[in-house]
Amino acid sequence: MKKRISTLQFEGTERQARQLGNIIEGCKKDKSMLMYVMQQAQLIYGYLPYEVQVMIAEGMDVPLEKVYGISTFYSQFTLSPKGKNNISVCLGTACYVKGSKQVLDKVCEVLGINPGECTSDRLFSIEECRCIGACGLAPVIMINDEVYGNLAPGDVEGIIDKYRNKN
Amino acid sequence: MKNINVKVNGIAVSVPEGSTALEAARAAGVEIPTLCFLKGINEIGACRICVVEASDARGLVASCVYPVKEGTEITTNSERLIKSRKTTLELILSDHNKECLTCIRSTNCELQKLCREYGVENQERFAGEMNKYDIDQSAAHMYRDNEKCILCRRCTAACEKMQSVSVIGANDRGFDTHIASPFELPLGSVACVSCGQCITVCPTGALSERDDTQKVIDAIIDPEKLVIVQTAPAVRVGLGEEFGYPLGTIVTGKLITALRRLGFDKVFDTNFSADLTIIEEAAELLGRYTKKENLPLITSCSPGWINFAEFYYPEFIPNISSCKSPQGMFGAVAKTYYAEKMGVDPKDIFVVSIMPCTAKKFEAERAGHSAVPGLPDVDAVLTVRELARMIKKSGILFNQLPDGEYDAPFGLGSGAGTIFGATGGVAEAALRTAVFNITGKNAEKLEFTEVRGTQGIKEATYDVAGNVIRVAVASGLSNARKLLDMVKSGEKEYDFIEIMACPGGCVNGGGQPIQPASVRNVTDIRTERAAGLYKDDLNLPVRLSHENPDIKRLYEEYFECPNSHKAHEILHTGFIERDKY
Repeated sequence: MKKRISTLQFEGTERQARQLGNIIEGCKKDKSMLMYVMQQAQLIYGYLPYEVQVMIAEGMDVPLEKVYGISTFYSQFTLSPKGKNNISVCLGTACYVKGSKQVLDKVCEVLGINPGECTSDRLFSIEECRCIGACGLAPVIMINDEVYGNLAPGDVEGIIDKYRNKN
Repeated sequence: MKNINVKVNGIAVSVPEGSTALEAARAAGVEIPTLCFLKGINEIGACRICVVEASDARGLVASCVYPVKEGTEITTNSERLIKSRKTTLELILSDHNKECLTCIRSTNCELQKLCREYGVENQERFAGEMNKYDIDQSAAHMYRDNEKCILCRRCTAACEKMQSVSVIGANDRGFDTHIASPFELPLGSVACVSCGQCITVCPTGALSERDDTQKVIDAIIDPEKLVIVQTAPAVRVGLGEEFGYPLGTIVTGKLITALRRLGFDKVFDTNFSADLTIIEEAAELLGRYTKKENLPLITSCSPGWINFAEFYYPEFIPNISSCKSPQGMFGAVAKTYYAEKMGVDPKDIFVVSIMPCTAKKFEAERAGHSAVPGLPDVDAVLTVRELARMIKKSGILFNQLPDGEYDAPFGLGSGAGTIFGATGGVAEAALRTAVFNITGKNAEKLEFTEVRGTQGIKEATYDVAGNVIRVAVASGLSNARKLLDMVKSGEKEYDFIEIMACPGGCVNGGGQPIQPASVRNVTDIRTERAAGLYKDDLNLPVRLSHENPDIKRLYEEYFECPNSHKAHEILHTGFIERDKY
């Protein structure tokens, strides 16, 4: 999968920048710490947008392309912010044969974004995942920590509305 | 170092300990095909074309990175290996744009050559989904067509290791892996220095210079235009390779005749403006040296270096000579002095440069390179490769051409101008003239051999009538980075630094003919080509910039003296810090 680059405006705070700055300060002498710094940056910001990757590249004194190459190679890194509610759609074998692709398509349609993206109000993001260990309930999706099983595309809208109304 | 005994296809051979199977094979007179391997630059064993059987390994091993041991027996050409290489090629072709008929690298493509040699008849054996990419044409000097990329990483290695620029790399993974810049930004909007080294190491047609030949042909056809052309020093030693001449052959005479037959109205020599650069730069050096300000003076001839400085070392901008490069000076003089002398409106003059360089395309479009307001000094820049294509297309039999002579008044270039094309050449040329400027007479020995050669960083100290001049020369931007970091930290002090963006200088420029890895891995093309230029220098009647009669006349008739007000307006420029993100 090609990594999707978010077009949403970067909204980092001074505090976040300070936090990342401190981590870089402690690691910059050892270039092998780059991955660790990137992981910490993702914990701080939730994703690794251009502005954050530039901070890392400058701070660690490595080319920006090196940071970007790593961020697009490993699936743990994301270039798109997570929404307040993150929807993981399982595309593992059991879910897939039970029609999870259709469920995913429906989620995308309802929210108007693609997997790996976040809505502009930052309420929802979608990610694809592989098996969350609930094959008996296939097809399943997870929203934050809650699991929804035995789904049909028709169920999707109602579930999403529930979260929309919560906020 | 200890030697070890190995066998390659049954041939016994003794090689230094630590040698790879590929090196052992070469020592035994056996060639193993390679694709991703570039000696010293890209040794990653990724493409699997160079696989061999080794007695001390179970599967097939990549010979370019496999170290042989005492007693290792290597087989390089068994049926099993040939089948494996063929399958690898078929897999590469499964995601490759195979428009070989019209591809710019057709007949000079390393993938095409291997497919022919290994008899790949079925190009569609692994037909299936193929990646679709837009061609990136955003940069002033080149384009990238990822549908022809085989992901060998030679370009990214050149960008990172040779040049320490690293604006391209492998993005995404698996089938989606592709070479691009961070955040998929177009090449024209990242801190690329336009050196073109990536193009010269690319085995296929994925990377190529922006083709400006039609622009030049249109100007030649236009009856209103006086089309004049200048040829850079390193062109005369590069062009011959496109027509089968051995590395290092000087083809100045044929080059001139070919340009005349292509329809250029006047054929001039950039060596002339290289001499002009030396006069201006030597005066600048002396001025700064006397006042002890803004030292070291750093050369400004290499536009790849200028881009590098503006992006990565802006703190050195005050040190850089304000001289335009020889290309820029030529264009500026052509549209001012020459236009006046010939009674031609400068807007009817179309200046073409033949350059061993891709960054010159960028330079020609820079602000500050316009001696006549509204007109660029240089209208079009062609690399040696583009010129060779024009010559071939026009049916000119290059090898049979009689030798021609450059036109006056910019046809005379000194030996000092010629050696601009090799690393250390500008420093040597400047020293020849600086000695004269300081002592009033020429140095007894004109060769300053300490600054010659292909080492990345060279140093020398000269005592000129009690004035100690400390000189450093760097070629290849990763070497420039090392040198500048030492100057920055105070570890080293110099009065004069020459920097060329490309390793070995312009002879190895990004616009020179492409030599395949099979040549680059066994021959130092920089040394061979530079040797041609140094020989040319010895054979030229004038070897000192300040003795060039065309230059003397130019100052008498127009500029009065070096660094005069008029010279500053026309021959000098300025540089600015640019944001690298």
